[in-house]
Amino acid sequence: MIEGFTALYIFMLAAFTGYEVISRVPVILHTPLMSGSNFIHGIVVVGAMVALGHAETPVEMAIGFVAVFLAAGNAVGGYVATVRMLEMFQPKQKETNS
Amino acid sequence: MSMLIEIVYFIAAAVFIIGLKQMSSPVTARQGIVWAGIAMAIATLITFGDPAVYAHGSINIILIVVAIVAGSIIAYITAKRVEMTDMPQMIAIYNGMGGGAAAAIAAVELVKVAAGGEAPNTTVLTLATLGAIIGAVSFSGSAIAFAKLQGLINKTLRLPMHMMINLIIFAAMLVLGGMMAFTGQIDPTILLIFFVLTIVFGIMFTLPIGGADMPVVISLFNALTGLAVAFEGFVLQNAAMIIAGTVVGSSGTLLTQLMAKAMNRPISNVLFSSFGSADGSAADEEVEGSMKEVQAPDAAIMMAYASKVIIIPGYGMAVAQAQHKLAELTKVLEARGVEVKYAIHPVAGRMPGHMNVLLAEAGIDYDKIYDLEDINPEFPTSEVALVIGANDVVNPVARTNPESPIYGMPILDADRAQNCIVIKRGRGAGFSGIENHLFYANNTQMLYGDGQKMVGELVAGVKELG
Repeated sequence: MIEGFTALYIFMLAAFTGYEVISRVPVILHTPLMSGSNFIHGIVVVGAMVALGHAETPVEMAIGFVAVFLAAGNAVGGYVATVRMLEMFQPKQKETNS
Repeated sequence: MSMLIEIVYFIAAAVFIIGLKQMSSPVTARQGIVWAGIAMAIATLITFGDPAVYAHGSINIILIVVAIVAGSIIAYITAKRVEMTDMPQMIAIYNGMGGGAAAAIAAVELVKVAAGGEAPNTTVLTLATLGAIIGAVSFSGSAIAFAKLQGLINKTLRLPMHMMINLIIFAAMLVLGGMMAFTGQIDPTILLIFFVLTIVFGIMFTLPIGGADMPVVISLFNALTGLAVAFEGFVLQNAAMIIAGTVVGSSGTLLTQLMAKAMNRPISNVLFSSFGSADGSAADEEVEGSMKEVQAPDAAIMMAYASKVIIIPGYGMAVAQAQHKLAELTKVLEARGVEVKYAIHPVAGRMPGHMNVLLAEAGIDYDKIYDLEDINPEFPTSEVALVIGANDVVNPVARTNPESPIYGMPILDADRAQNCIVIKRGRGAGFSGIENHLFYANNTQMLYGDGQKMVGELVAGVKELG
């Protein structure tokens, strides 16, 4: 179980990690990075699956269904958008290096 | 099985952090997102093995599969089809979906309590409620941000006493949420009112914010969704959600700060003052001088015989899809020995780095693209500054007029170049509705027309000179 202070420690360490990881990013990557972090919170899909999984009444199922649907959209849309943006940087880079 | 799930979640959380780290360098960015993608796919698959998912019957499993497939297909198709220029609003909408999902998770848990289920302890209920508020606000707010950037809502709407109404909704939301969390007694009607309030608050909060500020707002909602996901992760005892959500929450907050700083305005100012709604008094003031029009062939001659040209792209370039023509113009000018540089304002376009992405798409080299601090000293030594579809970020009023809403914002010193050519679709004021004094300056000439067409004519003009 994750509770009380353990949860607080996780929050604190993860918060510092996020801050540090992103603090030295060139402006050029800000949009792809925002899109990438947008994809990462798509992990909400596993929570949505649990929510729908243990839903019992029709109302709970309907809300759970919406949760999974939205979460899947977040993850897949975020992934495809990020990859598409990053693709623009790849081949160009090799050309300029040669 | 549950041990295996824990291990997969643990690895996924680590891979997400490493992936984010890799995404902060152009060389490793692609492998970063691919690894994160694989980790998420595996985490999703392994979750089917969680007793909480499969123990309640096959209908739930079928619903889960249907929801995943439907959401994925719709998102995949839209993300593949959308034009690069429209990417910011798509990020807003995908982000809003994540916020909505977090709120819906909270809703399922709260509905369970309302239906007479056993109430979890106050900490869990509080976090569930907070996650619900943040997620739902991010959901409806992102939808409004999308509508604004997509051009579905053109005006900034501001009701009389708007701030007061927002405060009342906010307070009502907190009171209802607090009541549910601390008493553990949830009435279905109150729960419904609570969620309606959160959705309405997201809408009311975002409506008065001008389109020019949307990058900051999208970034803020991105951070908020992360936070909501972290809170719901705690409710469901899911460490991967807590860690990934918190990391996104803090990195998103940092990114939001960087953007607001680039505009030289505190975040509170962006969110609560209606910059961009064109009701500022500065718009009414007299401007000295007049706008001088120039034809494309003459502008082409100026650029062809210059030694250095600095190009300043803005959102107008994105709208006109002029980046490929700009790449061509760069080529023909460089063939004549003209030095070409690009100056990118930190908030040019609708997201930080928006212009960089578009220029990269058109094949313009990184090393020609400069940030504000690096390029500003070079304007006095360049013969031509070509402004294409940028407005507020080159308005000298930001330096000179303390009355102006954009006073103090760092700008690109296009007015200090020996000549300034501005490509502009029409004569109207910019997104903020503030008159741009640059357009009236003696050394400025206006080239009216569609960005792509005009740059095309410039290319033709330069080519004709042989």
